[in-house]
Amino acid sequence: MLGVIYAIVAVGFTLYFGVLDVIKFSHGDILMVGAFAGLTTYIGIAGTFDSPWLQLLVLVLVSLSIAAFLGAIIARYLILPLQKAPPINTLLVTLMLGLALRELVRLFYPNGSNPKPFPRLLPGDGIAIGEFILRADSLILLATGVITIVAVQRLITKSKIGLAIRAVAQDSETARIMGINFRQIVLITFMLGSALAALAGLMNGLYYNEVNFSMGLLLGVIGFSAAVVGGLGNFYGAIVGGFLFAALQTVGAVLLPAILPSVPSAYKDVFAFAVIIIIMGLKPTGLISEKSSERV
Amino acid sequence: MKSRISTLFAALVISISGSVSAKDTVKIAYIGPLTGGVSANGIGGRNSADLAVRLKNQDPNAKYKYELVAADDECKPNVGVQVATKIASDSSIIAGVTHYCSAVAMSTVDVYHKFGLPVMVWGAVLPEITYANNYKEVHRVNGTMINQNEVAAKFLTGLGYKKWVIIHDTTDYGKGHNKYFSQYLAKNGGQILGTFGVTADQQDFTAELTKVKELKPEVVYFGGLTPIGIRIRTQMDRLGIKAVFEGTSGIKSDAYIEGLGKLSEGSLSFIEGAPWEKLPGGLGFIAKYNQQKYPDAPEAYGPFAYTAATLIIDAIEKAGPDRKKVMAVLNNTQNVETIIGKVSFDDHRQNIVPLISKYVAQDGKWVVWEDSLYAKGQRKLGQ
Repeated sequence: MLGVIYAIVAVGFTLYFGVLDVIKFSHGDILMVGAFAGLTTYIGIAGTFDSPWLQLLVLVLVSLSIAAFLGAIIARYLILPLQKAPPINTLLVTLMLGLALRELVRLFYPNGSNPKPFPRLLPGDGIAIGEFILRADSLILLATGVITIVAVQRLITKSKIGLAIRAVAQDSETARIMGINFRQIVLITFMLGSALAALAGLMNGLYYNEVNFSMGLLLGVIGFSAAVVGGLGNFYGAIVGGFLFAALQTVGAVLLPAILPSVPSAYKDVFAFAVIIIIMGLKPTGLISEKSSERV
Repeated sequence: MKSRISTLFAALVISISGSVSAKDTVKIAYIGPLTGGVSANGIGGRNSADLAVRLKNQDPNAKYKYELVAADDECKPNVGVQVATKIASDSSIIAGVTHYCSAVAMSTVDVYHKFGLPVMVWGAVLPEITYANNYKEVHRVNGTMINQNEVAAKFLTGLGYKKWVIIHDTTDYGKGHNKYFSQYLAKNGGQILGTFGVTADQQDFTAELTKVKELKPEVVYFGGLTPIGIRIRTQMDRLGIKAVFEGTSGIKSDAYIEGLGKLSEGSLSFIEGAPWEKLPGGLGFIAKYNQQKYPDAPEAYGPFAYTAATLIIDAIEKAGPDRKKVMAVLNNTQNVETIIGKVSFDDHRQNIVPLISKYVAQDGKWVVWEDSLYAKGQRKLGQ
């Protein structure tokens, strides 16, 4: 379950890097803004119609549009003007933007510094399989995540827009000469990435029934690490990285106390990041490295 | 000399005229978590301390006008030390009503000692706050987790439960609960199948709880605060763990019940003192609290914050606005009648509260165990 959320976040990082070679550090906070937009929408429409499915649909639509719009604004006014600047500048600017978004929600959302209960909109019944209970909401979220990832993959490999995105990622100069509207593609990429982040935020909220202003911070870092370890810029790498990270956390939480009784499972993040560091050391370009063959 | 004469003169004038013309303003501080996951308790405590100040300011016989300076420690030790330093270095502040979070209270005692600011802890339950040092500045009106965990262990073993799993946060607070509860549980014949330490801001407990489910405990004991208490209880339900959820004073808040809704049913918590309805001055306290129309509830530790503020104000009335003199008065508190019952400090300025109350969440409220449907046998825990 966590793996899917991480993978979706990682895909966003990979999209940005693939298309523009930028690292956008405010990605995790866009995720948080998406979750809060969803919560606000829910509060706004709570009384109008009863069907949780309808409510959910409105929630997803509003939240994704807000995030996509925000993504487009960021791309248009922050990322594109900085295109000629060194990549470190973009990284810093988006890092600051993320901090600003986080603090804005903390200060201006009513009672924003406290965790907020997120509505339960998915059916909570479950099927017991021996010891293990499979809940409907977990299943729906899992399926949504997988479908989303597959859909994005199809979009990128099969559609015209996807073709353009890949062309720009391959070689933006040539793509322009071939008549691809570079600016438009960049905006579309950022809208897509931000909408994905918002979806991950909503999934997170629906799964844990809680959202808070700092949720994007760790998710952003984990998503980024997952993208890097998979091979930044590689779509499949991001997915592999996301699932790998979730697996490592689970293994850390269960194995650490079993092997070393003095180490509480609270160290699972330390363990996961340590393993990621080791993998990075062994495979600096990521598990699935980008095929960057230079044609002369 | 001049100032002394003028003070005397002023006192004379006031006593003769009986009017409340110009009283000196005396500042006392309140520090607690006003934001973050446990802010409900912090805000309830602030309102309660504020109530003590307002009531004194309405009293025509009061010698001074009081002002409460409230500060937010965010339940984070590093923020707590900063705020405590700021408050303690302000010489116009005479004393403080301080800290709900044990980890914060523990990290600030040195600051108060260094600056000589007398403080009274109103919520933090870690024994070391008063017992691991001998700072004359640090007092505490609420009890410690030692007494709390003794009752928590005896209570459920007495009801015939045998197998526990312990989940605690890895702060001083959670570790302390784990230590004392494990000790008392062993004494009372309970068995601990597993112990899990989790971080205080952890989101996902699937891994730990999957392991817990394999162990099949009858009771899950949780040593930590409301926010992750809510998460763990929610995720227990998600994984279908049918154990009794036994918390500590850390989850005894209205926020816990709000955050969980129906799922809170049957959760247990323990707290020093008694519910305000049963406190000697509880009814009067709530009546006055409601008169002031505060937007939030006083929460579990409100009466303690109110008592701490009242003791400080009374000491200032007695000794004048001087840190050292106020400290001396507070040090010698013995058998003082307050709304939480008699307050007496031992040699470490720790109030000896013999009373611990057991609570169970029933129909969206924390109900005293003895008054609950569970105690009457009409409902069963862990169903």
